[in-house]
Amino acid sequence: MNLYAIRAIYKFEMSRTFRTIVQSIIAPVISTALYFVVFGTAIGSRIQSIENVEYGTFIVPGLIMLTVLLQSTSNASFGIYFPKFIGTIYEPLSAPVSYLEIVIGYVGAAATKSLMIGLIILATATFFVEVRIAHPIWMMCFLILTCISFSLLGFIIGIWARNFEQLNLVPSLIITPLVFLGGSFYSISMLPPFWQTVTMFNPVVYLVSGFRWAFFDNADVAIHYSLIAIGLFSLICVLIIGWIFKTGYKLRS
Amino acid sequence: MTPIISVSNLSKKYDGGFEALKNLSLDIEAGEIIALLGPNGAGKTTLISAICGLVSITDGSVKVGGYDIVNDYRDSRRLVGLVPQEVALEPFETVINTVSFSRGLFGYPSNPALIEQILRKLSLWEKRNNAIKELSGGMKRRVLIAKALSHEPKILFLDEPTAGVDVELRKDMWHVVEELKRDGVTIVLTTHYIEEAEAIADRVAVISAGTILLIEETASLMKQMGEKQMKIYLQQKLDIVPDALDKFQVSLSSDGLCLLYQYDINADRTGITSLLTALSSAGIVLKDVETSQSSLEDIFVSLVKAQTS
Repeated sequence: MNLYAIRAIYKFEMSRTFRTIVQSIIAPVISTALYFVVFGTAIGSRIQSIENVEYGTFIVPGLIMLTVLLQSTSNASFGIYFPKFIGTIYEPLSAPVSYLEIVIGYVGAAATKSLMIGLIILATATFFVEVRIAHPIWMMCFLILTCISFSLLGFIIGIWARNFEQLNLVPSLIITPLVFLGGSFYSISMLPPFWQTVTMFNPVVYLVSGFRWAFFDNADVAIHYSLIAIGLFSLICVLIIGWIFKTGYKLRS
Repeated sequence: MTPIISVSNLSKKYDGGFEALKNLSLDIEAGEIIALLGPNGAGKTTLISAICGLVSITDGSVKVGGYDIVNDYRDSRRLVGLVPQEVALEPFETVINTVSFSRGLFGYPSNPALIEQILRKLSLWEKRNNAIKELSGGMKRRVLIAKALSHEPKILFLDEPTAGVDVELRKDMWHVVEELKRDGVTIVLTTHYIEEAEAIADRVAVISAGTILLIEETASLMKQMGEKQMKIYLQQKLDIVPDALDKFQVSLSSDGLCLLYQYDINADRTGITSLLTALSSAGIVLKDVETSQSSLEDIFVSLVKAQTS
């Protein structure tokens, strides 16, 4: 294992994060604050509590998930797309590093950044609503696992993308709808039975549900299904990345 | 002596069907400077990229320092530093971080003293805390070299290191290369500046259309293929070549003030003595004599022409 290489990639990527720390943090914090104002205060005041949780508080896990999923995919996809775009990718590809080490470095840095942002949003939420966390350790586990699995997805997108437009395509066309339809702002049990069944095919449901369980100790789906879903999702991403490096897909000619 | 790089029957066919390298074999000795010379699209960069692992190999094998570049890629790549043709650098990062990053990537712990030494050698030390985008084009090229040297490679690949670089910087670069050679680094450079190969390379390999046309020591290549020309400047203008010089293949310049004589430096007799004697007995007074050797460029052009015709 080339640990120095992993550290070098991680450090180099984190240095980009800290160079742009202000805009990295301000944007998600402001948009979260807007969500609280619109959903929490304006609309939320007319919604009764869901499962004995105030609506403003109820949407906290979903809001964190929304930002974390978008941040993870965009951080990781940009992190690997940018070296491809400016040509510096030649270096890791000609260095004595295995694909696993490259992935750990890039995905690790992207996941760290989105974890930081996720925690900042959690802190922001406490300014608007009362937040209680029933299972803090599980909450962190879910958060970290989600950051990693969606950074893996972002890494794949970054390698696949041929231009900056494609880079934004997946987050805006797939992830945002999945999160909105994944029970971030409502409980699945509020849907008619047919849509409840359809919703079960949305992987984000399991993430949001598991994450919400960590906060409020009640969930739309059983907690172990959530864990299996994240595990499965990560595994699929890892297998795709393995295939990418084995075949050199869009990396080596 | 076992070669430090051994390329055997290497072929590379791109997905589009273009065959960039055709059954190419090449041995590179430790400590030498070898120039890969060839026109654009000859396969120089593909060859380097294949050795460095940037391009997958279709057929054949490459060993670097005795390590197979596919099966023992960690050991083989650690020996190699690559300076790519295109300037590819993270624009917002500082010089020193960019160079330190490369060292880590190659699996070495940080070594600030070494990085300082490299940056000083390449006159980059003063700029170490500048972001890459603030540097001039020539400086950026030096940063690429510094990155490639950061892990103390035994072999340095320079892919067109002086393309688009001004004369002064080019001379600087040659100086750096010579210094590296003194330190025992093997240097493989691609270029289409023939004067560059002539000036710094120990051996020259001429590549065209994915095959090596010729590989020879620079000096002996010059000697072997070097036709020399002697220009004899005259005190007085001549209208025609005098009869006395008939047996020599001498031509007269259009202004009639210069006789041109071609000879082969390797022939038993160059004919110079008898030509000069004949000139003196014919009463022709000489003003000056100049000899010149055909350059690598002439040799190169004739080789490539011969191949394509």
